[in-house]
Amino acid sequence: MAATDAQTSLRHAFGNVLAFFILILIGVLAFSIRLFSVIKYESVIHEFDPYFNYRVTQFLTKNGIYDFWNWFDDRTWYPLGRVIGGTVYPGLTLTAGTLWWVLNSLNIPLSVETVCVFTAPIFSAFASWATYLLTKEVKGAGAGLTAAVLLAMVPSYISRSVAGSYDNEAVAIFALIFTFYLYIKTLNTGSLFYATLNSIAYFYMVCSWGGYTFIINLIPMHVLLCIVTGRYSSRLYIAYAPLVVLGTLLAALVPVVGFNAVMTSEHFASFLVFILIHVVALVYYIKGILSPKMFKVAVTLVVSGGLAVGFAMIAVLVAMVAASPTMGWSGRSLSLLDPTYASKYIPIIASVSEHQPPTWPSYFMDINVLAFLVPAGIIACFSPLSDASSFVILYIVTSVYFSGVMVRLMLVLAPAACILSGIALSQAFDVFTRSIKLQLPSLSVDSHVNAGDASSESVVPDDTVKTDKTEDTHKERTSKKSKKKEKEPVEKPPSKSQIKKRLLVLPLETSIIAIVLLVLLGAFYVVHSVWAAAEAYSAPSIVLTSHSHDGLHVFDDFREAYAWLSHNTEVDDKVASWWDYGYQTTAMANRTVIVDNNTWNNTHIATVGTAMSSPEKAAWEIFNSLDVKYVLVVFGGLVGYPSDDINKFLWMVRIGGGVFPHIKEPDYLRDGQYRIDNMATPTMLNCLMYKLSYYRFVETDGKAYDRVRRTEIGKKYFKLTHFEEVFTTHHWMVRIYKLKPPKNRIRGKTKKTKSKASSKTVSKKQGIKKNPF
Amino acid sequence: MVKSTAKDAQDLIRTLWSAYSATPTNLKIIDHYVVFAVFTALIQVVYMALVGTFPFNSFLSGVLSCVGTAVLAVCLRIQVNKENKEFKDIAPERAFADFVLCNVVLHLVIMNFLG
Repeated sequence: MAATDAQTSLRHAFGNVLAFFILILIGVLAFSIRLFSVIKYESVIHEFDPYFNYRVTQFLTKNGIYDFWNWFDDRTWYPLGRVIGGTVYPGLTLTAGTLWWVLNSLNIPLSVETVCVFTAPIFSAFASWATYLLTKEVKGAGAGLTAAVLLAMVPSYISRSVAGSYDNEAVAIFALIFTFYLYIKTLNTGSLFYATLNSIAYFYMVCSWGGYTFIINLIPMHVLLCIVTGRYSSRLYIAYAPLVVLGTLLAALVPVVGFNAVMTSEHFASFLVFILIHVVALVYYIKGILSPKMFKVAVTLVVSGGLAVGFAMIAVLVAMVAASPTMGWSGRSLSLLDPTYASKYIPIIASVSEHQPPTWPSYFMDINVLAFLVPAGIIACFSPLSDASSFVILYIVTSVYFSGVMVRLMLVLAPAACILSGIALSQAFDVFTRSIKLQLPSLSVDSHVNAGDASSESVVPDDTVKTDKTEDTHKERTSKKSKKKEKEPVEKPPSKSQIKKRLLVLPLETSIIAIVLLVLLGAFYVVHSVWAAAEAYSAPSIVLTSHSHDGLHVFDDFREAYAWLSHNTEVDDKVASWWDYGYQTTAMANRTVIVDNNTWNNTHIATVGTAMSSPEKAAWEIFNSLDVKYVLVVFGGLVGYPSDDINKFLWMVRIGGGVFPHIKEPDYLRDGQYRIDNMATPTMLNCLMYKLSYYRFVETDGKAYDRVRRTEIGKKYFKLTHFEEVFTTHHWMVRIYKLKPPKNRIRGKTKKTKSKASSKTVSKKQGIKKNPF
Repeated sequence: MVKSTAKDAQDLIRTLWSAYSATPTNLKIIDHYVVFAVFTALIQVVYMALVGTFPFNSFLSGVLSCVGTAVLAVCLRIQVNKENKEFKDIAPERAFADFVLCNVVLHLVIMNFLG
């Protein structure tokens, strides 16, 4: 007996060490697969939102935390400004700032940009480890390792956490998985210590991302599910009740959330379930101390009395909630529940491309093989169904629904898909390797294994299954493990294990072929993930490249334009552009902008949109009233860059028209389409966006052929009257114009003076002269 | 009908009382603490209804601290109760230590939020 114990503990120790090394390798894998953009381009921050986070982090590292907390930014949303301390989720910037500060105090002089660029890969390694921990709580270490390696490579998560994508999701996904892990751990152990850690991890999640409402609604849903399916236990109470109280308090601490933690509908579910769980706990307690007859009496009394009170309270609550027009939900949450809400009422939310529903191919692009391993994982979770596995099932179902509403929520689906696929793969490997192991001795003569235990239909003892699970089932190690297992003396009688059902043992050849096929499946997944990381998701979008017959072309126009702005304009000059470029302009060009990607003020954006859709004079008036000096437009017609301002023009019209009724969309449409060729409407040909994009475009190739719209433009020769061109980048991608100052003397038609007669004579005299306006 | 329900109610209350008095003293102390905390929370709510919600963060932190200590005390009671089979391998000292830790975190947050 002692020998087998020693052998089992030795095997356990070996398994643990192996698991540790595999986890380290998974971390390295997660980090390195995200480095393609640094290798292919450079260590630069990508896209738009990360530039704002980078600017905030710069401010934090330069000025310290108190100034950061109280920062009022007057270089954006001119003339409104923005309270940064109160409207930003501080988790990401505080994390990167702390990292930078720690490294610098250790005398490792990394710049803030380097720390910001590499924060995401580091935290994706942490997220893989958190996935391992979570799945280990649900099913065991083998499933944990498989899920961790799947998460390290899943393309959906890579897309938002490449090196350089310095956005909230980089740390938020780690916080999400870690919070879920601590919740499941509390549920499994019933320890208040883990409940405290759970609340602190939830606090970190609230600091990091607006998606924390997913946690605070999913966990109450799960508690409700457990209560309804009769799985209430005191561990459930310990897992849930402290989380609600501490979590609400901690969430209210973050300035962005503030009192929304108790006043918005996103949190009401947690309070309702909080009350419910107390009622259920009380019922169970009373049931425990009373005899069944008295309990029935108690129930009838309480039900009749309590129902009346309950109805009254619910009526009051419903009246309060129904009084607000959106029933207390915020716009973004409402657009999740009712996918058509945003397109009807809030065009800004509808215009963000990340908020559109995903297409079917994007599922296979983003989670690939996992898409059909998930149903197998769901079935595996049902046998046996525990609290933890019911939680994972609920998680996958809700995240699948939400990912179907908004494509950026595919990111929340990724960890759930990895967990369930890890469980499915691990179970499959379990079955196959067990089949092989039980049949291998019959090929080679082995006296250790009894014939009675090795028959194919026999019931396998429980402990074999357990040791299968505790050691890793990583693909390369399965053969080694099955060889190790041969030595295990199967002396424990089968009656020791009260097996609920007979475990399946498949034929040997089937198992071997199946394992080979599963390994091939994993290989396909790996190849696809690496391809997606290298080709699809590593573009920094601030630098563009294209391959042609004469080599690689690099389009660095954006940074060229911002550098020009920062060197050739005054510090206090205001720059107007569409809101996409606001963050980049403030971060790289260091100039005040009118609107940026935060899009919190719809009217201000509509003002800019109206200005872009109006003729020159009206646009000049609007911009002049906002103290704008320079206007920046992005134009892709020369090189074929499809995300330029002309393609975004429909949103300018719609958002502007939503607030200013004189902008009517049909004025710009010909046959329901936006045209810029000779069939375009006169309103379109005269609007500022058209003129600023195509000014002097005909000088490039003589025919003014727009490569994006694939047609020649309508109006080719025109002059600008109220704007002057100051800079156009090398590939004509960014064009900067300056507002012409108003003329001192107005020739031609004057403004309406007191005497109409004198004005008439003046205009008549000057009417012969050429009018430049 | 009413008489029988009244009699039933009296019987019920008597049975509850006799069943409850059988619980050990340490659990009863925790129960008194919970009742005290809830009572304090109710007083704060009544005060808020009289005086108004400004400053809201103080009200929130006060009420939630009372509710929080009540919840944590209930968790402690669950873990210390000898009749709970699930928790027999957690020593009551460990349960109390967890309780203290959670309370420390809770009150740190409260003090920050009190304003």
